[in-house]
Amino acid sequence: MVSSLEASRRDTRLDPYIDQYADRTGSMTVSAVRALFSVANRPEVVSLAGGMPNITDLPLGDLGATFDELIQSKGVQAMQYGSGQGELFMREKIVEVMAEEAIHANADDIVITCGSQQALDLVTRIFIDPGDVILCEAPSYVGAMGTFNAYQAQIHHVEMDEHGLVPDALRQAVVALRAAGKAVKFLYTIPNFNNPTGITQPLERRREVLAVARELDVLVVEDNPYGLLTLEGQPIDAMRSMDDQVIYLGSFSKTFAPGFRIGWVLAPHAVRERLTIAQEAAVLSPPVFSQFAISTYLDRFDWRGQIESFRGMYRARRDAMLAGLEAHMPPGTTWTTPNGGFFVWVTLPEGIDSQALLPRAVNERVAYVPGTAFYADGFGSRNMRLSFCFPTPERILEGTRRLGKAIADELDMHTTFGLGADERRHAPDLGPAPDLS
Amino acid sequence: MTNVIVLAGGLSHERDVSLRSGRRVAQALRETGHTVVEADVNADLVQTLASVSDPVVFPVLHGGAGEDGALRSVFDLLGVPYVGSSGPAARAAFDKAVATPIVAQAGIRTPRASALPHDMFRELGAANLIGALAERIGFPMMVKPARSGSALGCTKVSTAAELPAAVVAAFSYGEIAIVEEFIEGVEVAVSVIDTGEGPRALPGVEIQPRSGLYDYTARYTAGATRFLAPADLDAEVAEACAEMALTAHRVLGLRDLSRTDLIVRDGVPVFLEVNVAPGMTETSLLPLAIEASDGSFADVCAALVAAARTRIEGVA
Repeated sequence: MVSSLEASRRDTRLDPYIDQYADRTGSMTVSAVRALFSVANRPEVVSLAGGMPNITDLPLGDLGATFDELIQSKGVQAMQYGSGQGELFMREKIVEVMAEEAIHANADDIVITCGSQQALDLVTRIFIDPGDVILCEAPSYVGAMGTFNAYQAQIHHVEMDEHGLVPDALRQAVVALRAAGKAVKFLYTIPNFNNPTGITQPLERRREVLAVARELDVLVVEDNPYGLLTLEGQPIDAMRSMDDQVIYLGSFSKTFAPGFRIGWVLAPHAVRERLTIAQEAAVLSPPVFSQFAISTYLDRFDWRGQIESFRGMYRARRDAMLAGLEAHMPPGTTWTTPNGGFFVWVTLPEGIDSQALLPRAVNERVAYVPGTAFYADGFGSRNMRLSFCFPTPERILEGTRRLGKAIADELDMHTTFGLGADERRHAPDLGPAPDLS
Repeated sequence: MTNVIVLAGGLSHERDVSLRSGRRVAQALRETGHTVVEADVNADLVQTLASVSDPVVFPVLHGGAGEDGALRSVFDLLGVPYVGSSGPAARAAFDKAVATPIVAQAGIRTPRASALPHDMFRELGAANLIGALAERIGFPMMVKPARSGSALGCTKVSTAAELPAAVVAAFSYGEIAIVEEFIEGVEVAVSVIDTGEGPRALPGVEIQPRSGLYDYTARYTAGATRFLAPADLDAEVAEACAEMALTAHRVLGLRDLSRTDLIVRDGVPVFLEVNVAPGMTETSLLPLAIEASDGSFADVCAALVAAARTRIEGVA
């Protein structure tokens, strides 16, 4: 005998609960794309993938002293449970912050959430039954779609042009979906520097979109994490400032720091009531210490000045990315020119599939998010999202150089193998992309 | 007890798998009383090696420099004992284009296959080579990178039209692509362990992916694959599988541990590949095989460390 075979056989799927999970978890599997992002965290790799804000310039010493004092003086309250809706002093500060984008709100209509990601979850939770339709931009934020999928919503993408959502396309989609007997519950839109495209809706376009929504009685959910990070000129008035029926999602993750996990929803009274009850069921109360910390920061620090400094820092990064793309992308590649936010949306030469390209890019030590992550319907294979928020301008330039080489090598391979646009190579087996904000 | 440096991570496409394997091995060694330092492959590594007194390195690196022998050669240079095959042996085993002909020469049945660097396609004309592959290998076929793991870059190809894209996908992971006959049958993995008393084959693990394809998702999502250990095979077939794994281990000059993946077709095992750094994650095959042999994963890890330690002492 060369082996040590036993009589008793183990028969296992390594998960005794495999047949007991809810249907909505069907897509929650390990994927090769997610795994590749593990490499992206290594310093050798220029990661143009994640949407991590660069907070290295925050005044950490002063913040430390302030938070120390906060614990000494108000620790007992700050580390206690709090209100399900969020603390009033925090909501009052948020009213002040939203005024920067022309929103006039009442602190009573705000619910504090664990980042605006949880705001998305709460809004979806109170509006969506399985099979209901949510309208999203084409493409849209991967993290929002993850939430919508978790509630078994049907995501329907609405066409965008260089000014964002196309009002006529919105109208047609709503009419067609309703004619097909679908319940269209809301439109989810990121009017400022859309994630992933970086495209912004000008004021006039916002009015047009709102007009269609009002006419067809479609609720609008406006997600605005980046609005104050306008790189040139002033922020455009929020949709909520033009229509108080809009549900507005805000966040301190990009204008201050994401680790506190503080975002908010501003909603009409009746909706807010339900959101509060849903929030109590979800987390009892949003992080109380974080609310104390952020409101202290807003009171004692020049937060507007900090945002101004962030803008300068991100502007240099965006400019580096645009210069790098100009210098290194092969002919046939196009990209957006965002005036804020964190992302540039690249369209690759015909025939190149961004998901299939990813391992080659990782070999070149550069990472991005394949475009298909931002569509619920399989589109986006010719696109990729590049983030310019985190690496230094020098690293961004180097990243675009590496990316240019990977694309050129892939094109060369296509030439060798005579792969035309109609024989586009896809990599469907790589699975879902990671949730990257 | 011995100080152990568990090496995991690295820069390969399988970094994530390696990190998970590494944590599992580190935990097992701590349970058996070892002092464990977990380290990544980076500029700090040489310093880490120097800072730990009399360490044994347990490399749990998948793909790239961790599996292709490069790092093992560095350990040899530094005189640091480590678990697993030597640099040159790992280098040969990791490259399917090198390893498969060696095991075939030892009489092991292997699929009809051709290993082709991408330059060949450019120089000879892709269409000509594609035509020859279709004719000589036949459909369905498997296309895979010569040096990769976890089924990354692997595609099953059923028609000539699909072949170019599959070859390009394999080239995304490396310079050489293997095009081989697709073997239909029962998928089995046989792990070999040698803790000083000679190589021993563990019970074969039969793999039944729910989707029909043992791809990356089926490998690392708990519940996505059914495993039978020992494999549901006739005794003489199971014996032949064990023999194949032991032969591959021997002719490739491997040490300590390896895992041979094979397909049983009509009662006859056909060799697919051998791994010198088998996965050690919660869903990996070697830990399942250890369990099926009534062994303990922690004890096997500890015994491998002891064997590596003895080896260096023996040399000294």
